[in-house]
Amino acid sequence: MSEGTKEAVISLRGVRADLGARTVLRGIDLTVRRGEVVALLGANGSGKSTAVRTLIGQVPVAAGEAALFGVPRARFRDWARVGYVPQRTTAAGGVPATVTEVVSSGRLSRTRLGLLRKADHAAVARALELVGMADRAKDSVDALSGGQHQRVLIARALASEPELLIMDEPMAGVDLASQEILAHTLRTQVEAGTTVLLVLHELGPLEPLIDRAVVLRDGCVVHDGPPPKAVGQHALPGHDHVHPHEPADTAPMRTGLLSR
Amino acid sequence: MTLLSYAFMQRALLAAVLVGITAPAIGIYLVQRRQALMGDGIGHVAMTGVGLGFLLSWSPVWMAAAVSVLGAVLMELIRWYGRTRGDIALAMLFYGGMAGGVMLMGLAPTGSNANLLSYLFGSLTTVSDSDVTAICVLAAFVLLVTLGLRRQLFAVSQDEEFARVTGLPVRALNLLTAVTAAVTVTVAMRVVGLLLVSALMVVPVAAAQQLSRSFAATFAIAVAIGVGVTLGGTVTSYYQDVPPGATIVLLAIAAFIALTALATPLARRRARAGAGAESPGDPAECRIPATRGAADEGGI
Repeated sequence: MSEGTKEAVISLRGVRADLGARTVLRGIDLTVRRGEVVALLGANGSGKSTAVRTLIGQVPVAAGEAALFGVPRARFRDWARVGYVPQRTTAAGGVPATVTEVVSSGRLSRTRLGLLRKADHAAVARALELVGMADRAKDSVDALSGGQHQRVLIARALASEPELLIMDEPMAGVDLASQEILAHTLRTQVEAGTTVLLVLHELGPLEPLIDRAVVLRDGCVVHDGPPPKAVGQHALPGHDHVHPHEPADTAPMRTGLLSR
Repeated sequence: MTLLSYAFMQRALLAAVLVGITAPAIGIYLVQRRQALMGDGIGHVAMTGVGLGFLLSWSPVWMAAAVSVLGAVLMELIRWYGRTRGDIALAMLFYGGMAGGVMLMGLAPTGSNANLLSYLFGSLTTVSDSDVTAICVLAAFVLLVTLGLRRQLFAVSQDEEFARVTGLPVRALNLLTAVTAAVTVTVAMRVVGLLLVSALMVVPVAAAQQLSRSFAATFAIAVAIGVGVTLGGTVTSYYQDVPPGATIVLLAIAAFIALTALATPLARRRARAGAGAESPGDPAECRIPATRGAADEGGI
């Protein structure tokens, strides 16, 4: 394999990050090369979401270096190359919005002054087709199920036709039917050459797509190599089996959609 | 229409229409960000501006604009850096602004309780020519921002974290939203008063939501309701001798109740139609709570 020589799309070098007074990342190294599909695994609180958030600039880097496409993150401006799916179980805001309106936000990085042209509308429609939501384009996102919300959020990330997809727990709170559609969408993207960094709680249905797994524990990388296929995710180093439906103060926001 | 033959009524109606347009136009983004009460906070802070205007004998409208813009920027900064104690800091700002206004008004030689009341609850019929000029200029700014940057403001208000990854200047847009809200408060101050400003930012949007499924439609309907109730309230107050500010706000709430009553059976039918198209076990009326919360900010 020539993986080792390809351009590094994501590069974290000795990155330390703090949330408030608490050090969450204690100097992690992470490299994702072009065309790779890398899963970032770990228990709740291990720092996997924070690692992604330092990468996109939502959490400041306290020490070390973060770079996207070889450019230090602070100077990176080419955001249309990055598609991001934040950890979230809903696409709704405080005001009704249609599926198309939400997905169109993802196209802003390709527009000047926020004006959508014909090609932009076409890209939005294509993204909706990729996740099988084209028939719901004019519906309010309030009327969607948890899995459909996640599909809308992924379509929003795909609307800019990115080279790199960063997804934070895309399978959380997603019903089986939507999981299959999401796995299919992702496979299509990977076949087209898209680089993918996935934050996952467990490998689950995406397992066959993943080239490499990086496991975090207490803000340190404890494993970086092939995903442990034969033994399953429960034998993964550092895998404490914690369910996503935890008290709100320890887990990122969960609405427990499917447990209702 | 005899009321149009009076210059003071012409000014009042013009001011009322501009407020009816601008307040829901910025209010919709505040509601989308779940900061519906921000307008109320800015209204409190603007009191200090009005007091300063009286004390220094400068235009209270422009002084209120300056002070409330400062206050709004401060609120946005508190939201960034405050995190856990943010709400206490905001409370200080709001009540400090209110008390400061009352104090300065008391110190001013021309200040009186009657003057204070006209700013707290509006005094549409005493709107002067210079007030109208100020209101027109400020309203033009609000419309330019809320319409011209609608896609950017929508993205930032819908999902701040995602907006950052589209390369939008999130902080600058947040500040712009705060400043625009502050400007709107001063536009609306003479019409409905500082204590009722927030109602015109929030209630028409809430009423419009009952009918609409899209953001664009919500925007249009909210502005239409805003114009309807401000005009209706102004005309009613002329014929019935009731306070215009209170009339406008009560009309807006009446519109909300009427539209809710109208929309509930409609939504039920729509949900039933939607459920028919769904696969079983995937309910269409599955409602989902807030996207933006404290937990969102601090998550690992």
